[in-house]
Amino acid sequence: MSRVFVSGLGAVSPAGWGVAALREALDRGEPLPTQPFARPGWKRPLKARLVPAPQQRPAFLLNPRLRRTSPITHYAAAAALEAVAGLLQNNGVAGPLGLVVCLQSGCVQFSHRFFDEVTIDAATASPLLFPETVFAAPTSHVAALLPTTPLAYTLMGDAAGFLQGMALGAQWLEDGRVAACLIVAAEETDWLLADALWHLEHAAVISAGAGALCLSMAPHVSLGVELSLVTDAFTYTASRNRTQAAQAMRQQLPTGSAIELLCTGQGDSPRADAPETAAWRNWSGPRLSPKRVLGEGLMAAPAWQCVAACDAVARRQYGAAIVSVVGPNQMAIAARFERNDQAQG
Amino acid sequence: MLFPAACLPSTPPRVVVTGAGIVTALGLGWQPNAEGFRAGRTAFRPVSVFDVSRQRVKVAAEVDLPGRLPSTRLNARDVARLDRASRMLLLAAHEAQQQSGWEASENLPLVLGTTAGGMSDGEIYYRQAVQTPLRHRRQPTRALRYQAQVQGRTVLDALGFSGPICIISNACASGTNAIGHAWELIRTGRAERALTGGYDALSQLVFAGFDSLQTLSPTTCRPFDARRDGLALGEGAAIVALETLEGARRRGAAILGEVIGYGTTLDGHHLTQPHPDGEAALTAMKLACATAGVTPGDIDYVNAHGTGTPLNDRAEALAIQRWAGGRTASLAVSSTKAGIGHLLGAAGAVEMVVCLMALREQWLPPETAFDTPDPACSFPVVRAPRDAHLNVALSNSFGFGGVNATLILRRWA
Repeated sequence: MSRVFVSGLGAVSPAGWGVAALREALDRGEPLPTQPFARPGWKRPLKARLVPAPQQRPAFLLNPRLRRTSPITHYAAAAALEAVAGLLQNNGVAGPLGLVVCLQSGCVQFSHRFFDEVTIDAATASPLLFPETVFAAPTSHVAALLPTTPLAYTLMGDAAGFLQGMALGAQWLEDGRVAACLIVAAEETDWLLADALWHLEHAAVISAGAGALCLSMAPHVSLGVELSLVTDAFTYTASRNRTQAAQAMRQQLPTGSAIELLCTGQGDSPRADAPETAAWRNWSGPRLSPKRVLGEGLMAAPAWQCVAACDAVARRQYGAAIVSVVGPNQMAIAARFERNDQAQG
Repeated sequence: MLFPAACLPSTPPRVVVTGAGIVTALGLGWQPNAEGFRAGRTAFRPVSVFDVSRQRVKVAAEVDLPGRLPSTRLNARDVARLDRASRMLLLAAHEAQQQSGWEASENLPLVLGTTAGGMSDGEIYYRQAVQTPLRHRRQPTRALRYQAQVQGRTVLDALGFSGPICIISNACASGTNAIGHAWELIRTGRAERALTGGYDALSQLVFAGFDSLQTLSPTTCRPFDARRDGLALGEGAAIVALETLEGARRRGAAILGEVIGYGTTLDGHHLTQPHPDGEAALTAMKLACATAGVTPGDIDYVNAHGTGTPLNDRAEALAIQRWAGGRTASLAVSSTKAGIGHLLGAAGAVEMVVCLMALREQWLPPETAFDTPDPACSFPVVRAPRDAHLNVALSNSFGFGGVNATLILRRWA
């Protein structure tokens, strides 16, 4: 059986740039403050948790490829480079690097700006904006910053898609197609997206950012964390609703224990969270729900869950961790990470 | 479990196509499309689905959608809510399912390629949000149906299937990558069969985008022609039913063709331009040939990405020539985008089905608008309808962002 290890983590979130900022915010456990988010035409603003400006301008922004890019690419690049840094420093893996970038909303800022121009006068809409509206744009930019990246997919889906992307990366490793694989999720926001989320889930607070995991089959460059499984993807269908899908996902996972962390995708909406809450009702071990601190990061949210779970296992807080994602409109899926002391680099 | 794999086969199973559905501006379904591609018909006309009065170019290959969709498990309310992209996707998937003879069942992976998903719903959402911000009617439905995975779920529900949905959005290579990924799922034993393909509808944002880049042809789309001056946009969908040869034989299914090779790679040169030497395209073709166990000498027809833009066609021509070597001078090449335009996320899937048609019915799809050979393209572009003996065909797709993908198909006789 193939064994896949986590060799690096990266994060950009409303807590700040880097895994350390994410960890500190989750350790405090207090929901981050929200900012008013002006919604044209409405008297009351929406609420959001936005990514703070970085303390220092990231060096990668000097790359000419990133000159006209929007925040989603900046977040994705920062998380990806943080996750792969250890691997590159140690020359840990010789061979091609795969890249899977997962998005739900994608490049909303430039799409919004470009379509705004189109509706005003299509004849003068900016050709500088349009290429950055393409879902695959952040993937292309991130790949350009990395060495030897011959295989790159952009996946779209609901939040559970990040774990599907992680399974794809693990499959590429199993099949020997890459020596390591970066799995990245990123989202940016603007008032239009916040408006859409408000229409779907009033209680949710939109946020943005990115998360990244670097996977490899080389134990010597691992953080001491092994990806032990990714469940099947339980799609919601006419004959299987979210609650049933969450239960089916739960059945592929072990019973809780005091040393195993459950990292869920529950947020601030009891109604939307109900299927996941029901699925894990009998979990006896410790729990963590990053969304309650960071907000609704769409595809970035499950990446934060994975980063937080792997970080906790790497730091020996727990022997294992389950990441559960019951997506809003596609599927329920979970992954499990284990401590592996033999694998630590 | 998605990971780890239960058991990877020591010998990859052969993967065959047992159903194919296609929707383009040439028509709905295999027959009108086969006739159109065989004759080299073109299907461009003034755009009617949105306002193009302020655009530089005003034509595209629009699909004539039927007033009624085929009967499925969707209720009338669900059908009424479907946008153009979903309707095309559903038509193609329904045809593929009917042809394959697959019964409603569980655990059927659906792998789709798209660049825009439900963009038209997103555009309506935007207009209402800006113009009447206090009017919320139907906005939740649009916010939901804009998302491609919801369109995928609709297809599964309509046909009575369930299973994992994977949406690949590698720009204009999406459809080819989706079919390639589904092929890999079956070859590695992770699935016995899969429904896969690509779809994209014309949308104002995308049309205006290509127009703003001045990549749309103001005259006629003529891939590989010395006077080519840009691409034309189109819309459509193509879905294929893939399964193991063993499974198809077990149930006595009619086999339309075999997928024997897939290669994909990344060109990091530029977001919107291919590397001028076509290196990544060359690698994709080589990888596909390696997995198929064929050489350029075995390929009878290349359905090129061939957008009709000066840069793309030059880089692709160079890549084909470097890959084909001595075979170049006799290698039949054409781009069916000359007839139906560039279908973006649907392009690779539609062109794969065109290859299936050509292999099955033994003809070459011509570019009838091709006029002036470009000295930089030393292969013979198929210019007139003709029958041909074809065993193996190769289809290229290259996308914004640099993903290059190639599929190779073999005739089933």
